[in-house]
Amino acid sequence: MSLDSPNSYLKKTHCILGYKGQTGILSYLLTLDHKRIGVMYLISTMTAFLVAGLLALGVRTELLSPEKIMVTPQQYNRMFTLHGAIMIFLFIIPSVPAALGNIILPIMLGAKDVAFPRLNLLSYWLWIVGAVTALVAISQGGIDTGWTFYTPYSTSARPGVIAMAVGVFILGFSSIFTGLNFMVTMHKLRPPGMTWFRMPLFLWALYATALMQIIATPVLGITVVLLGVENIMGVGIFDPKLGGDPVLFQHFFWFYSHPAVYIMIVPGFGIISDVISIHARKHIFGYSFIAFSSVAIAILSFLVWGHHMFTSGQSTVVNVIFSALTFTISIPTAVKIYNWIATLYKGSIQFTTPMLYALAFIFLFTIGGLTGFPLATLATDVHLHDTYFVVAHFHYVMMGGLVIAMLAGLHHWWPKFTGRMYSETWGRVACALIFVGFNITFLTQFLMGAQGMPRRYYTYVPEYQIYHQTSTAGSYVLGLGFLVMLLYLVHSLFKGRPAPANPWGGATLEWRCSSPPRYDNFETTPTVGDPYDFSDLRYDPSIGGWISNDAPVAAGKAS
Amino acid sequence: MGDDHHHGPLAHHFDALEQQSQAATLGMWLFLATEVLLFAGLFCAYTVYRATHPEVFEFASKYLDTKWGAINTVVLIASSWTVALAVRSAALGQRQKTSILLVLTLFGAAAFMGIKGVEYSHKFHRDLVWGLYFNPENAKPHQEQIEAWKKEWAREKAHEGYGEEEIAIRPASADYGARDPELSPPQSSAVPIPPLQPAGSAQAHDDETVGPVYYSLDKVRNVHQFFGIYFCMTGLHALHVIVGAIVIVWILLRNVRGDFTPEYHTPVHLAGLYWHLVDLIWIFLFPLLYLIG
Repeated sequence: MSLDSPNSYLKKTHCILGYKGQTGILSYLLTLDHKRIGVMYLISTMTAFLVAGLLALGVRTELLSPEKIMVTPQQYNRMFTLHGAIMIFLFIIPSVPAALGNIILPIMLGAKDVAFPRLNLLSYWLWIVGAVTALVAISQGGIDTGWTFYTPYSTSARPGVIAMAVGVFILGFSSIFTGLNFMVTMHKLRPPGMTWFRMPLFLWALYATALMQIIATPVLGITVVLLGVENIMGVGIFDPKLGGDPVLFQHFFWFYSHPAVYIMIVPGFGIISDVISIHARKHIFGYSFIAFSSVAIAILSFLVWGHHMFTSGQSTVVNVIFSALTFTISIPTAVKIYNWIATLYKGSIQFTTPMLYALAFIFLFTIGGLTGFPLATLATDVHLHDTYFVVAHFHYVMMGGLVIAMLAGLHHWWPKFTGRMYSETWGRVACALIFVGFNITFLTQFLMGAQGMPRRYYTYVPEYQIYHQTSTAGSYVLGLGFLVMLLYLVHSLFKGRPAPANPWGGATLEWRCSSPPRYDNFETTPTVGDPYDFSDLRYDPSIGGWISNDAPVAAGKAS
Repeated sequence: MGDDHHHGPLAHHFDALEQQSQAATLGMWLFLATEVLLFAGLFCAYTVYRATHPEVFEFASKYLDTKWGAINTVVLIASSWTVALAVRSAALGQRQKTSILLVLTLFGAAAFMGIKGVEYSHKFHRDLVWGLYFNPENAKPHQEQIEAWKKEWAREKAHEGYGEEEIAIRPASADYGARDPELSPPQSSAVPIPPLQPAGSAQAHDDETVGPVYYSLDKVRNVHQFFGIYFCMTGLHALHVIVGAIVIVWILLRNVRGDFTPEYHTPVHLAGLYWHLVDLIWIFLFPLLYLIG
């Protein structure tokens, strides 16, 4: 098959958007192919992103003025709760592992599929069921507890909370099954020659993520089960009226949800490692340090949950310990940042769209990381707790970090799994809009947060209005950037130039199979080398992609 | 890529049955790890509430019938044994024996659930349940229960070296119903009990050793804290027993259909692992809930 030109290949067979004789919608919905499941995940999570993003724009619009603009305070509370809950549970957590990970992981590994394709499909359908259950929560009047569902407010028999708890439980299992599948795949389906230290760093990151998904998510599961049971039956575990302890809920919740922020961000680290190395045409610096720092983050992430509860009445000793442990997380994180910068140093940096996102990531994530310090410091946290400073901090980490990394990965692998190139020009324009819009939106939130603007409030004193208006203006620029991105990506699907097998010159295995890959990925099990050694590749202008030095006349470019 | 060269149970993305079986086993162990962590939340809640209210837990645990709990423990361990034998006979290709052993395991599951049902219905009858539906009035111990506790108490005291007559002078009125029929007045939070002096000592003892405090109103009022945890833990466990039984039924049907060979019997193995987990969790639940009083 590799003898066909990309275009005829695309028409003939095994396209990601329709294998030969399998183009119906059902062939998609019931597929066991990891690439198709990944594409379904991508479409679904991006839809969730769109919905939650529009909710965010609604929240920002309402905050243009301290008075009512379009929603009541009650509706406003529901809006930001849904924004948070959808973003976290339906988009950020599954976005990189379940969408990009599903598409790329087996190919990168040199495997034909993930270890358990049926479980993979089940995991996707659990996501759908979870999302539908969340819709039920909305139809029951929505929830206004914030995405953290703190008790006792959330235990006062709110039907929406019950549905949301069920939804989050189901989504949790979707996430567990993805992590479990990936971990087993990486343990048992590595082809000969693919040793642990020849695995691309994206795979190491997914491994660390899978570890956290498996260990942390069940605790969320039991927490939301107890929350639901508390609401339905009044079991008295979290409800102080019945002898329960509401702070215990916070412990349970953050025992999951702190590792969860690393479940969100660590796959992003993996993408950045790969994108930076490939688009700087330079071997990754400090491979094993980056690999192990992912695992170190995964382990440390379980020891810091108490830093969300500095003001909840924990003992001072506990606070000091959690504060100190929180600082240690900065070590493996900084190891990554320095290694990326060292990789860029003297590299021949190609300012492609994925690379622009990767560079934006380093900038934004560093801000997000550094603003974590005042929050991890006990004395300053008392002032900053529950202000816009926290909101800005985690948006820099989650959006400036993970979403930007995800966009880097999406643009990096888009040609691989769709078989089409997008417009570089428009890609750069969208990246610039997103970068500028993002900073306008959230830098201002640092300022007003430091001055005391509390988060989640519907109204505010006039001094904050200029910040809120600037932030809202930024969010519109951000929204415009995503709109542009949506347009050129959809356009590329229909009008894009057919993608060569290796448009960026990557040395990892996924660039060795055709774009898009055939059903079982590789015709023959590929030989595995150093994933960051680019010396074997040269650019072939006739196909607009990179080919191996060893096989100059292969791949029948003449046709 | 068609399924035209489908080699029995070997999926297309594996090279060999061995590799496939290893992957499935690793996957199952990871899944069991998540199950343990699911229960870990409940064990954690148990630890927190027992640490903050030890007296409630110790007292409330007396309401549980150790006899039923012990029988259920034996039943589950026995069923774990039969399922382990089933895995072995499947590996040896003894199809009929495997079926018999799986059926025996299912009997174990049914017996466990039956006994659990008997226990639950006792509790429900007396409103010995969780916070919202708990009724302390009905939760008052029955006379025969008090008598049993008295005997137990006398045995303990005799063991500690108290004289027989000292134990005997405990007034019969020290039981709850005779003295204090109302639960509402908070001042009578404990049944007043004359101090008991151990032989050869004139010293008064602290609360725990003084007199036959079979129970106090405070304790009765708060047992729902224990039963909230009790029903969450045993309920989730019972759910796992049911799921495990369904899995074993499915394995049994596949075995009868002849799906398994000595080369390929991974599903039997995995179902066995799951059943062992169900057993193992009960082995922790039994002492933590039944044997702390």
